[in-house]
Amino acid sequence: MELNKKLVVSSSPHIRNPEDTRSTMLDVIIAMVPALGVAIYVFGLQALALVLVSVAASVFFEWAYRKIMKKDSSIGDLSAVVTGMLLAFCMPANAPLWLPIPGAFFAIVIVKQLYGGIGKNFVNPALAGRAFLFSWPVLMNTFAAPFGYESILNIGADAVTAATPMGSLHAGTLPEDSLVNMFLGFIGGSLGEVSALALLVGGAYLVLRKVISLRIPVSYLATVAVITVIFPKNGCDNLQWMAYNLLGGGLMLGAIFMATDYATSPVTKKGQIVYGIGCGALTVFIRYFGSYVEGVSYAILIMNVCVWLIDKVTLPRQFGVSKEDRRRAKEQEKEAKKKAKEVAAQ
Amino acid sequence: MSFHFYGGVHPDDKKSLTNQAAVTALPPPEQLVVPMSLHIGAPCQPTVAVGDTVKMGQKIGDSGAPVSAPIHAPVSGKVIAIEPRLHANGTMVNSVVIENDGLDTPCETIAPHSEEELRDPEALVKIIREAGIVGMGGATFPTAFKITSGKGKVDTVIINGAECEPYITSDHRTMLEHPEELLKGIELIIRACGVEKATLAIETNKQDAIDLLQSKDPAKYGVEILPLRCRYPQGAEKQLIQTVTGREVPPGGLPAAVGCAVFNTFTAYSVYRACYEGMPAIERVVTVSGSAVQEPKNLLVRVGTPLGYIFEHCGGFRKDPDKILMGGPMMGNAMHSLNVGTIKGTNALLAFCEDEDKTVKNPTCIRCGRCAEACPMHLLPMYLYLFERHDDYANMDKYHIMDCIECGACTYSCPGRLHLTHSCRTGKAKMTAKRNAEKAAAEAAKAKAEAEKAAQGAGKEGK
Repeated sequence: MELNKKLVVSSSPHIRNPEDTRSTMLDVIIAMVPALGVAIYVFGLQALALVLVSVAASVFFEWAYRKIMKKDSSIGDLSAVVTGMLLAFCMPANAPLWLPIPGAFFAIVIVKQLYGGIGKNFVNPALAGRAFLFSWPVLMNTFAAPFGYESILNIGADAVTAATPMGSLHAGTLPEDSLVNMFLGFIGGSLGEVSALALLVGGAYLVLRKVISLRIPVSYLATVAVITVIFPKNGCDNLQWMAYNLLGGGLMLGAIFMATDYATSPVTKKGQIVYGIGCGALTVFIRYFGSYVEGVSYAILIMNVCVWLIDKVTLPRQFGVSKEDRRRAKEQEKEAKKKAKEVAAQ
Repeated sequence: MSFHFYGGVHPDDKKSLTNQAAVTALPPPEQLVVPMSLHIGAPCQPTVAVGDTVKMGQKIGDSGAPVSAPIHAPVSGKVIAIEPRLHANGTMVNSVVIENDGLDTPCETIAPHSEEELRDPEALVKIIREAGIVGMGGATFPTAFKITSGKGKVDTVIINGAECEPYITSDHRTMLEHPEELLKGIELIIRACGVEKATLAIETNKQDAIDLLQSKDPAKYGVEILPLRCRYPQGAEKQLIQTVTGREVPPGGLPAAVGCAVFNTFTAYSVYRACYEGMPAIERVVTVSGSAVQEPKNLLVRVGTPLGYIFEHCGGFRKDPDKILMGGPMMGNAMHSLNVGTIKGTNALLAFCEDEDKTVKNPTCIRCGRCAEACPMHLLPMYLYLFERHDDYANMDKYHIMDCIECGACTYSCPGRLHLTHSCRTGKAKMTAKRNAEKAAAEAAKAKAEAEKAAQGAGKEGK
């Protein structure tokens, strides 16, 4: 039997999971849609406009950098879209429309592409972009009030501003907003972080689609819950203090969408739990003792740079070697060393 | 009760293409090429010469080495050449080329063995060796050696009916079409190994086979049937042992180290045929499937049948294939020619034309960790990939690269389309080469030191 074309010879396996980087990123985008919907409802079309500018700028910088450096285009993997959305999600809804552009430049070019592109950055690009935007502290720290727009269709118009629940928590008092409003997202804050409900729906989608595991979000949220319930500030009610801390600020957005960023979180199972606990502890630490009212983004950025170390010290147990086997091997090693020392001393 | 193995993936099994198709015997071709190496271990030396007439089942190659298995003529006919020919492993291997006379004249040695012989474990092992039976799941480890080397250590015998690779249905059909023969074969293996019973582990995508075998009173043969959830690589030896017994084979160890011996379903069936019919291992059920095959089939194929001939009997190709595989899509080998003969462990032939391997120009790791979740050996393939690329031997060792079983689960699960399994394979080869080189260097240094010492001694004597 003759063949008309040459056969491909490669090493096994010869089939692949249909899911690739693009479909994974698409899942993340889908998971962010509920939060975006709530943002538009609460802050008006201005929120959508900010997200669109941020996404367009991110994709443009990704495309332009790779074009200038004569590398293959990588915008098809949709990771720049995710970064753009997340960057806008952690901005106030009343920020000027140009503000996402320098943030996107820093996130995509400096943080992501200069280190080699997707998977190689060592801190979360969106969070680093946000940190960079604090070069404009007033713009980043003035928050639109929920439903503070004259018309939902207004873009760029000045909206009524308001204090956020995080301000009260930082001052050591319980916020005036009800817990129900906190849960639904009818509060002031960054545009994508307000609705715990929408973020949890997105998180559930990601877990069901196996894009993320529960290890990081649960260990992160549980750590914050445990610390805040034990140590409320100024004698506030323990449970209420914990609930406001869980629902307030960027915690849900951070725990579900930011801390689970693949490139900047550990790959070992144990490591992911250690990392989640670290994020939770640092978040509470900054909220309690820092001068910033919110600690999520810096907590995650700090843990990001520890990831390689965490992976190294949380290697999985070797197959076929039980914990006892390892302990025994270690003891033997110690004894051998001791003997060697004794011999050397003699 | 069964345990779980760690990790794994769940590919679309594609078994419906052939799992309803009864096995048909493929008429042997006019010429067969039988390589003198159809197993892991020492190759055989031909026991026939060019011009000899051979009968079907006549021994044509053997070796005195312990890890080896004799080779028999798959058809009757004339030996027309003994020369190196292309083997399925990609190398040139000394092969006996037989011109088929089309008569299938059986050799005189093909006769049922006596009841007495079948009651004696020693005699059974001898029958199994003489019949050239090897691990038919693809590993082709000589079965008789597996039994003798495990004597006294093995307390659990597992029969591998997991058939966890997609597409393959050859063991499934064998279970459905020869349930009693299979159970009798397992009974013989139990006896040869000197144990009480065996566990036949079958994935639940073969529920009809499980039901049928249950209805044949397996307990009478000492067989316990264990249904398993479907998950790849359940049928890998170490994972199957873990699923059935909860034991983990230690690094670098053999199943016997945890008291287990694993035999493939078709191996057990071959043992039955060798003992009750006297038939040596000259044929195997092969699943011919894949997107490029016109009529996917299960065929009973003689060893040494060229691949082209087999595909022609399945209606040829629907579309020009990109890839031809011998074995399953996860661990099978890609062939570069159709002029290769089947071997004893060939359980499937696949032809793909629909970009099944989804190769991309720039594979990129996004550190999602899915490879680590999929790895049944607790490895971190994305790190091994980096270490292999940078020849970082210390870290390859620290991250246990030698534990990799090359099951392909990491590559399968990778959304960045990296060739992770390939890196592990290359890394293992590099490690082995380095260890061997170090060993050789150490030996050379020792020899040199000794020679110097001897020379000094001789010099002193001279004074």
